[in-house]
Amino acid sequence: MGISDNAQALAYLVSAVLFILALKGLTHPSTARRGNYFGMLGMAIAIGATLMGNEVQSYGLIVTGVVIGGVIGAVLAARIQMTDMPQLVAALHSFVGMAAVLVAIGTFINRHAAGTLNPVLMAELSAGIIIGAITFSGSVIAFGKLQGLISGKPVLFKGQHLLNAALGVVIVLLGVHFAATGSMVSLVLMTLLSFAVGFTLIIPIGGADMPVIISMLNSYSGWAAAATGFTLHNNLLIIVGALVGFSGAILSYIMCRAMNRSILHVVFGGFGGESGGEASAVGQAAEKGVKSASVEDAVYWMEDANKVIIVPGYGMAVAQAQHALKELMELLEERGVEVKFAIHPVAGRMPGHMNVLLAEADIPYDHVFEMDEINPEFPTADVVLVVGANDVVNPAAKEDASSPIYGMPILEAGKAKQVFFLKRSMRPGYSGVDNLLFYQDNTSLIFGDAKDSIEGMVAALKGGGH
Amino acid sequence: MPDTLVALYVFVLACFIGYYVVWGVTPSLHTPLVALTNAISGIVIVGALLVTGLEEAGGAAEAFGFFAVLLASINVFGGFLVTNRMLAMFKKKKK
Repeated sequence: MGISDNAQALAYLVSAVLFILALKGLTHPSTARRGNYFGMLGMAIAIGATLMGNEVQSYGLIVTGVVIGGVIGAVLAARIQMTDMPQLVAALHSFVGMAAVLVAIGTFINRHAAGTLNPVLMAELSAGIIIGAITFSGSVIAFGKLQGLISGKPVLFKGQHLLNAALGVVIVLLGVHFAATGSMVSLVLMTLLSFAVGFTLIIPIGGADMPVIISMLNSYSGWAAAATGFTLHNNLLIIVGALVGFSGAILSYIMCRAMNRSILHVVFGGFGGESGGEASAVGQAAEKGVKSASVEDAVYWMEDANKVIIVPGYGMAVAQAQHALKELMELLEERGVEVKFAIHPVAGRMPGHMNVLLAEADIPYDHVFEMDEINPEFPTADVVLVVGANDVVNPAAKEDASSPIYGMPILEAGKAKQVFFLKRSMRPGYSGVDNLLFYQDNTSLIFGDAKDSIEGMVAALKGGGH
Repeated sequence: MPDTLVALYVFVLACFIGYYVVWGVTPSLHTPLVALTNAISGIVIVGALLVTGLEEAGGAAEAFGFFAVLLASINVFGGFLVTNRMLAMFKKKKK
């Protein structure tokens, strides 16, 4: 074994290019799998080049760690339910964060023993530990909220922001002290407080803001990898960290834009549960009452329609209704009805969550459309079927300036001839805002479990051969 | 130019690459994007290998390094495999 440092650096360059091509592959579903293979190859080259380098001399522990971790990862990847993808992603973010902390501490111990510590290195180590620790504990809280182990409700207490700000200042001071003096006490305190800040930063954020939180922690995990790269003077880690960090940051921006909220409002907000103004249009509309309809009514409308647009939301994932929707789509298409799916960017618990669930149900991706593509088509649709979505079709976002969701871009479902809502109850969406669309003349609500209702429609379409 | 400055150059330029590449990703593949970035951020395994495999590494450093190798491996294997599983589901309409 033993390749020269230059050969290793060239191998790292090849691997960095492969990672960029991997991300580039996700430009289109047809090139995405090839991209993923590029990523695997890049990782194999990076690990191979590191193991063959001069620095790595003992392999026993490494092989054991890779085998155990590899088996755990492979089993998780094979078993995870697609509805639970946000949890898996949160768990993986926490592992990157923790690994970055462990690497930084391990590097400190090795360099301390070798007597090669210096203030710049120790400042870089501090950055790695702080970002890694926040990523870890923040992701653990996000995982707990997604898994239902911790209440998804925003947890707010007095002086929260003051506490976070104070903790932040103390952590930075400890980092500076550690870099200047190498004090072990400062190192330990800084590490513990960073774990605490990850906790206090994420705990106030409501479960429905998860698409932003997942993206934000994705970004942090990238910066943690980049910080590790700085401590090791390893350009590959720096490049990958920057790619991942920016990927998460852009996703956070897209998610915030889709909710018409600033990232600061999400981080400090604690959205949900706030009641809107009394004399708003919402309150007046509530007097008008809603119409309810049966499954048969919806089938009657849909089988004679030219175009049906289905709007799925998190409720579809909860009810596991995607497979029944696929059957409904096929039966309608057999009758010559055009069926399209409309996805709002923040539908579900993570970016693109709905697309994966529909793909899992074998619904072809060329039937699935983003908000900007599909919005002009709602006026020409005969029927819109809303399955477990709510706020993303609420016209209050456009019409009611006093509404908390005012200004959020929506799917303009209300412009279709007829709208059917599949709903469990009259409960409002996560924003706590009543949905104006319920009271529109062309809207009917079908109460009950979404999956049961759709299966009812499927049965009616199969049975009624008229 | 000192090493740290070179690293900063690399970092800033890589940020620009990330910016342009990620804006090109189609929104329908945002979940696979997150899973793929999970996998490639497992690159911290390189740091973990360097800590663990160092000839002079003492017991404590080896222990920290070992757990870092283990966690990063979960990311590498779990991330790539679950991305592959998801991408295999994205199909066009069968004609």
